[in-house]
Amino acid sequence: MADQENNKKGQIWAFSITGVLVLVSLMYYQANVYYMYLIAYIWFGFAYGMMLQYGRFCFASASRDLFAAGVPRMAVGILVALIFFSLIQATLAATDMSTFHPAPFGIHTLIAGMIFGVGMVLSGGCASGSLYKVGEGNGTSFLAAFFGLCIGQAIFVDVKWFNFLIPQKWVDSALAKGLPAEYMTSSFDTYLAGYIWDQPTLQLSHTKLMSDALPGAAKFFIADSLLNAVIPAAVILVVIYAFYIRKGFLKKRAKAKGGATTGFGDELAGMWNMITASKRTTLMGVLIGIVAGLHIFVMKGMQIKFGVSNFGELLTRMGHTSDVSIRGTVFDPGYWYITSQEGQLGAWILEKFGWNMHDNIFFGINNGLPEPWRNPALWMSFGIIFGAMVMARLNNEFKFKLPKGELIAWGLIGGLLMGWGSRPALGCNIGAFFIRVAGGDPSGWLYGAGMVFGAFAGVKFFNWWSERKMAKEMEAF
Amino acid sequence: MAMKFEKTGEGAYLLDVCGYVCPHPQIYCKKSLEKMNEGDVVEMVLDNPSSVETIAQMCDQVGHEILDRKTEGGKIYLKIKKG
Repeated sequence: MADQENNKKGQIWAFSITGVLVLVSLMYYQANVYYMYLIAYIWFGFAYGMMLQYGRFCFASASRDLFAAGVPRMAVGILVALIFFSLIQATLAATDMSTFHPAPFGIHTLIAGMIFGVGMVLSGGCASGSLYKVGEGNGTSFLAAFFGLCIGQAIFVDVKWFNFLIPQKWVDSALAKGLPAEYMTSSFDTYLAGYIWDQPTLQLSHTKLMSDALPGAAKFFIADSLLNAVIPAAVILVVIYAFYIRKGFLKKRAKAKGGATTGFGDELAGMWNMITASKRTTLMGVLIGIVAGLHIFVMKGMQIKFGVSNFGELLTRMGHTSDVSIRGTVFDPGYWYITSQEGQLGAWILEKFGWNMHDNIFFGINNGLPEPWRNPALWMSFGIIFGAMVMARLNNEFKFKLPKGELIAWGLIGGLLMGWGSRPALGCNIGAFFIRVAGGDPSGWLYGAGMVFGAFAGVKFFNWWSERKMAKEMEAF
Repeated sequence: MAMKFEKTGEGAYLLDVCGYVCPHPQIYCKKSLEKMNEGDVVEMVLDNPSSVETIAQMCDQVGHEILDRKTEGGKIYLKIKKG
């Protein structure tokens, strides 16, 4: 009886949240047809949120659960998503419908990934994972998202605290770019103009070797998808199987068969068993990969329809010139992306307290600082939270959990490390890893490797921490 | 907030990690099982849905048996027998 009542309550909540979002979308459309662009972000965010929550899809748990519990569920889910997404990315690139752009390649990606990796383990979720967990009512994730990704990130790009890390040649290189002095105020500005902008970008299909060897659309499928994403993902799946699953699976299979298991068929069965061990995660991996590709297709379609390459141009047409950067742009990735928009929200809040956030490259020149209700990528993040909330409500899994005790510290420290680890690489687990790898940019793997190293360190720390607490509890036995 | 790991009888334990988020429930579950003997049973209480999926797969891989699993009032109750 109580269960039925809870189910009904959950359904009412789910329909109400969805209804409000439908209403908001209609209001935007009524205000101006250009907001179709923003509405697309809302609903793709909503879809991501539902899928992330249903599949318990969190990049943090991919390496963390592997090291902490020997469970490859999430690593498998992500690699499956990556394979599907890369194939769709290649199709879009081949038909000139992709919004993907590679990132500057360098060691900074690996270092930033490591910082982010430690942060995501401490806070209990990656950037997208923290958002969907906010939708489940998780207060620790809210701390990480709000104070780390929003406020922490905004502060990071606007302070001079890190000047001691900046070599003179970066300063010289930044000055040589001749940027307006009023936008060159922070350590991050010098890092961007003096180092990042000097780094090469790499997309396999655009290299001379691949362009010459693979004329036409084949280069997108073979170089970007097969070589950069599918084969490495398949190799990692085999390695995970060999190290974490094989021994236990073959032992169980031998017991069931009543004899030795040495055939290739047994190994294939073991791989398949690993991939399907968590059906909901793997299924969501497939769906997320497809939806992320569809998202790119839709955003490119919007850009073609309105004749723009950035939502900032539409904001300018609507007269919202204070929203955009001096280049007339706002942050508009054109695909699934987390973190930059949270930084924008943090900066918007800090400006209300008198902090000038327009005097830096990140907001002033590159991404603008739109009002939150006109920020397309931020609406995607809100969509993720609401989509996850709807799914959690439908499954009676929503519960307000205020962060207490040590979790407050882990949420804050982890969130800050995620915020500070995503900026130097210009992205997080989604933008710097998932999107880049699928798009044929090898720097995505560098960020991914960094995340794995960072996660390993984070798990080591938590193992030590929990061992101490367990020993204390067991004193009473 | 504190986790609880108590011996409730001969070969019976209680692990309460309510309030904890990932990765704490799965780490404490793994460590509790490591400290128990084969055949011992631990009743685990948690309220972090994401951890359950990981714990279920961990038990399956290692050979522990989930004897009972229920959700009441936002809390998840797992009864796990060490294999």
